[in-house]
Amino acid sequence: MHEFSLAQNIVEIATEQFHGHNVRKIEAIDIEIGTLSGVVKEALEFALEEAVKNTVLEKATIRLIDIQARANCGACGNTFDMNDFFGVCPACQSPQCEIISGKELKIKSLRIDY
Amino acid sequence: MLNLFLYIWKDRVYVSSNIINMCGTCGCQDNHNHNHLHIGKPSEAEHHHHHDEHHGHHDHSHGHGTEIQLEKDILSKNNLLAERNRGYLEARQVFAINLVSSPGAGKTTLLERTITDLSKQLHFAVIEGDQQTMNDAKRIEATGAEVVQVNTGSGCHLDAHMVNHSMKELSLPVNAVLLIENVGNLVCPALFDLGESKRAVVISVTEGDDKPQKYPYIFESSDICIINKTDLLPYVQFDVEKLKASAGQLNSALEFIELSATTGKGLELWYNWLADATGHRIEKSKAMNE
Repeated sequence: MHEFSLAQNIVEIATEQFHGHNVRKIEAIDIEIGTLSGVVKEALEFALEEAVKNTVLEKATIRLIDIQARANCGACGNTFDMNDFFGVCPACQSPQCEIISGKELKIKSLRIDY
Repeated sequence: MLNLFLYIWKDRVYVSSNIINMCGTCGCQDNHNHNHLHIGKPSEAEHHHHHDEHHGHHDHSHGHGTEIQLEKDILSKNNLLAERNRGYLEARQVFAINLVSSPGAGKTTLLERTITDLSKQLHFAVIEGDQQTMNDAKRIEATGAEVVQVNTGSGCHLDAHMVNHSMKELSLPVNAVLLIENVGNLVCPALFDLGESKRAVVISVTEGDDKPQKYPYIFESSDICIINKTDLLPYVQFDVEKLKASAGQLNSALEFIELSATTGKGLELWYNWLADATGHRIEKSKAMNE
């Protein structure tokens, strides 16, 4: 459900940019979603379909890019792909791991046409 | 256009605002409407906040390229407003706690009991979040605490914007404690910082002890886990240690308190935690009024 709030935020940020840059058209928008961000990509896609209607993003190509979560092991220093919060270090089996990426929820870039 | 209505009820002065076109306090550009319903208002009428969009124009030094590298957090507006809330609360030395749980975990009962037991020592103010109804606000109002009910409509969580408006409509004297009861939901509230000092996840023993595995985000982002309805432990299959182990694996800093808001057992642990968190504005040994 919170994906719809996020979709609205995306439209708002894009709208600000549209007016701020005095552009004619937003052609594309790239959005990065971490695999541990708490957002279901399909739900966000679905929410965006509705949220972009009659906005500056209506005709834009929307790309949702997965950012694989990575963690750093506090015990042995190994860096590895983390697939859920309960992941343990594959090298030493320690659960003391710090997530270093994969919580991203951001608009990476916009392609615009003046 | 900002219209202010002042009214007095039960020796308290209430200020109600009807904000049209734009929000003058937070500069918000949000399109959403949310209703703030004020308990204690003589007519119990509601007022609506309508925010029309107005767009900020700011300079960027991107030249005339067609690709804008934005790198902007989708939640940046919420997070910015949450930090403003935090600053507002810090300036007033108000301790704010965001209570999240599934529906029915006992948040409102815990708040009723807490306010009743500690009201001689702490000034409490409450923001109640629900999709519909003023039921919870009425329960809190009966304890004598000041309360604002936010009905999110179809929304599944409180956000920093709703809290920003709501807390400004509470008197919030210096050293007050602001209790924010989020919409009953273990998923969406995890993502939305409200500007709280601490986040508390409440779980009742009538729910499964595998909630941390099922809903990791809320446990990962909370400071304290309150295990409620422990008086029912003899009748349900709920392994407290299993819950603590899995939640602790998600969040090694998470503190646990076991209590029953109904019988009162364990409440002193919660009050001691509040005493520590509020900088000993209540004395531990006198935490309860009895």
